[in-house]
Amino acid sequence: MSGIIHGETGDFEMVIGLEVHAQVASRAKLFSGAPTEFGAEPNTQVSLVDAGMPGMLPVINKVCVEQAVRTGLALNSKINLRSIFDRKNYFYPDLPCGYQISQYLNPVVGEGEIEIDLADGSSRTIGIERLHLEIDAGKSVHDIRPDATHVDLNRSGIALMEIVSKPDMFTPEEAGAYVRKIRAIVRYVGSCDGNMDQGSLRCDVNVSVRRAGEPLGTRCEIKNVNSVRFVMRAIEYEAARQVEVIEDGGTIDQETRLFDSARGETRSMRSKEEAHDYRYFPDPDLLPLEFEQSWVDELAASLPELPDARKARFMADFGLKPYDAGVLVGDQDFAGFFEAVADGRDGKLAANWVTGELFGALNKVGKSITESPVTAAQVGTLIDRVSDGTLSVRLAKEVFEFMFESGRDADDLIEEKGLKQVTDSGAIEAVIDQVMTDNPEKVEEYRAGRDKLMGWFVGQVMKASQGKANPAAVNKALSEKLKG
Amino acid sequence: MSNLTDLTIARAQAGLAQGDFSARELTDAYATAVEAGRELNSFVAETLDAARDQADASDRRLKDGEAGLLEGVPLAIKDLFCTKGVHSAACSHILNGFKPPYESSVTANLWQAGAVMLGKANMDEFAMGSSNMTSYYGAVVNPWRREGDSRPLVPGGSSGGSAAAVAAHMAVAATGTDTGGSIRQPAAFCGVVGMKPTYGRCSRWGIIAFASSLDQAGPITRTVEDSAIMLRAMSGYDAKDSTSVNTPVPNYAAALGGGVKGLRVGVPAEYRLDNMPAEIEVLWQKGIDWFRDGGAEIVDISLPHTKYALPTYYIVAPAEASSNLARYDGIRFGLREPGADLRETYCKSRAEGFGAEVRQRILIGTYVLSAGYYDAYYLKAQRVRARIAEDFSKAYEKVDVILTPTAPSAAFAAGEKMDDPIAMYLNDVFTVPASLAGLPAISVPAGLDDGGLPLGLQLIGKPFDEETVLRAGGFMEDAANFMAQPQWLTEGAAS
Repeated sequence: MSGIIHGETGDFEMVIGLEVHAQVASRAKLFSGAPTEFGAEPNTQVSLVDAGMPGMLPVINKVCVEQAVRTGLALNSKINLRSIFDRKNYFYPDLPCGYQISQYLNPVVGEGEIEIDLADGSSRTIGIERLHLEIDAGKSVHDIRPDATHVDLNRSGIALMEIVSKPDMFTPEEAGAYVRKIRAIVRYVGSCDGNMDQGSLRCDVNVSVRRAGEPLGTRCEIKNVNSVRFVMRAIEYEAARQVEVIEDGGTIDQETRLFDSARGETRSMRSKEEAHDYRYFPDPDLLPLEFEQSWVDELAASLPELPDARKARFMADFGLKPYDAGVLVGDQDFAGFFEAVADGRDGKLAANWVTGELFGALNKVGKSITESPVTAAQVGTLIDRVSDGTLSVRLAKEVFEFMFESGRDADDLIEEKGLKQVTDSGAIEAVIDQVMTDNPEKVEEYRAGRDKLMGWFVGQVMKASQGKANPAAVNKALSEKLKG
Repeated sequence: MSNLTDLTIARAQAGLAQGDFSARELTDAYATAVEAGRELNSFVAETLDAARDQADASDRRLKDGEAGLLEGVPLAIKDLFCTKGVHSAACSHILNGFKPPYESSVTANLWQAGAVMLGKANMDEFAMGSSNMTSYYGAVVNPWRREGDSRPLVPGGSSGGSAAAVAAHMAVAATGTDTGGSIRQPAAFCGVVGMKPTYGRCSRWGIIAFASSLDQAGPITRTVEDSAIMLRAMSGYDAKDSTSVNTPVPNYAAALGGGVKGLRVGVPAEYRLDNMPAEIEVLWQKGIDWFRDGGAEIVDISLPHTKYALPTYYIVAPAEASSNLARYDGIRFGLREPGADLRETYCKSRAEGFGAEVRQRILIGTYVLSAGYYDAYYLKAQRVRARIAEDFSKAYEKVDVILTPTAPSAAFAAGEKMDDPIAMYLNDVFTVPASLAGLPAISVPAGLDDGGLPLGLQLIGKPFDEETVLRAGGFMEDAANFMAQPQWLTEGAAS
């Protein structure tokens, strides 16, 4: 996926900025004590505050502030010791108060930056504009009755972190890598579960196009995109659409669009003229949010190892390439599994087994790493059997398949199925002698200079040993014997 | 024994303690007065049966020696307070039929102290008004009449029903709320004592919001002593209100007495209005003389940004109100006027549910917060508000309390000033600055105008120095020796 669009009148580049809405991992809502559990019966997790009842007042939940600050620290961003909650005013049935409590001019977290890793091995730094806390709205349900809309306020008041990037991305791949990186960071920090399919993490995507060297074009915002794949597809479609409009002599209108994932296209939701005037002003029910630097320092000291640090460690300790290390650390469960496998072993070998065989097998059956039928210890033992020469790589792959099916240990399966590699030179020589005796003409040909027949002999020996002969030992013994 | 409804809180409590009468007898006497006073329209909901049950419970506690701070004291509660299962509509049609499943923190404190609720007091719709004329439930009639004039007068507002009920002895005392003068101005118009404590002293939780940064609950009583007793019961830190301040509640009544010798009383030059009625000027001077004669030091002070207070208030308060009142959308509670679609349901419900004054303030508030106007209006008003607060803190380097008139006139007739919103808004000219600065202030009846109507003087104090305000208020009350009674009491309901 390139960021350059070859139009009929020349090349265009796309410029992308992302707003990631991450639901704060907290048992209670941002300004009320109501629970936040996913999937509860409609309107069972709603306090009087969340329902906007007359006379009810918001009280800040410290846990949510803590999570926002910890996330801000993990995003290498400035923590603002004083921030302000504002009201963003608009009418909608799932917004009970008629305003959303958010942070406008003074967010709790300011500028920062993160690194993303790309498949070609390069890395890029993406700027973070800000992170602010805000409440989620409820959910309008339109499909219960044709003539009415139902409102579920369970989500109303749940804390969200809105993480706004700078317009620093130029390809869909970079945007995808950015979202994955943000997801990895919030998961490491534990400030958001990062589940995009449950809506815990969703993106608003800002896209504009320009000819090389020109100033930024007019952007369109695509709302509520809920998977990394969709983010990339939405950008691709939207950028191409904008180029088409411009090349047809039109201009891009600043507008809000939505992504139709079924049709793979974006559609206009509302134009700039229809845009709300949100009439932001400081919420008079809440005091400015103020805390001490010492508290921030405490939170910083208690942060777990973050993806970048772990990636650096994986590169240093296990000799992994940046992209591979990046992919591995992108998911804490993968990384943890890998680390258990790699512990005391060759890191590259461990990476190959985990990302190659194991991920492949898991993908085939649609299971996640946490549902893996084989444990990290089992994979480790299998690798050990390759290292100590018990198994050839080929045999090991065969053993792995049995392990994945049965969940049994490698040693049991090797024993039971007699898959042990034959390294005993006497046994191998006996097989070689037999093959040579059975094929005297081939021996002659080889000795006459047809070196290529070596491969044929290896194959015959391996076949005769039912694949158990150690290929290196076979090669060595064969070349000696064939010389005569 | 005098009429039970003539007793102050302090006297009623003494009588209850001595067993002169029971809490039930006291409540029964008030129940009769409430029923007899219906033509004043002070109450929009009566809860007399529940009041009798509360009184019986009070009698049991009195007997068991477990009396609270306000044991057996029958109160009127402004309709702005949410009271569980009872009419709580801010006197607006938009909250038609609303009975909250919760109790405001202030009223919960009062019931905890043993008080009895007689009913919900009438008020200007959403506390927006200075005459009680904007109530959906109709105007309240002031129990006072001008001499030789039978026209009904307004009780002031927005806590007009509360002030009228206390003045007409239909409640020993009442709760009010004050956003720009809504306790002090009606107290002055009805010849009773109205106290707005420091912003953050009483919890706002469960009080239907008008302008959150200004709204503050307080007592309306017949005497300063009662004000002190009731304020103590109402006050206190509440974790449910982020703007509530966690500072101990003193025994305010203990601060009363002891004179004003050495007290530094500020008199702000800017409160002398060009066209102020002479009788207000004269009364203010009387107040100054009382304090001087009592040994206080009179200090001329300047509060230079006073003239900007009213315009600032009429930007800040409507701005907050326009947002606070957005939740009344006809969807979850109160009035719903169904339309063809959502937008029409919103429009019809809100058009039908809000009265003209409320609509006007929502429009003003929406306007001053709009893109392109925010800086010129709202932001500027916030800056001026800070200057006004600064004026006060500078003044308090030199004085302990500030003395001013409460309102620029006595009560006016219903219908007067109705066609001129600016004239109506001018009612709050002396009360608004203390509201913007969040300061405690009390209005004490101090004299009568030429028509025999009560006038009040206001004392404004330092933040959380309610004690000095009450002590000075008590001194002024003694000095004024205000004994006049409304015609409603002296001549009876039929006059």
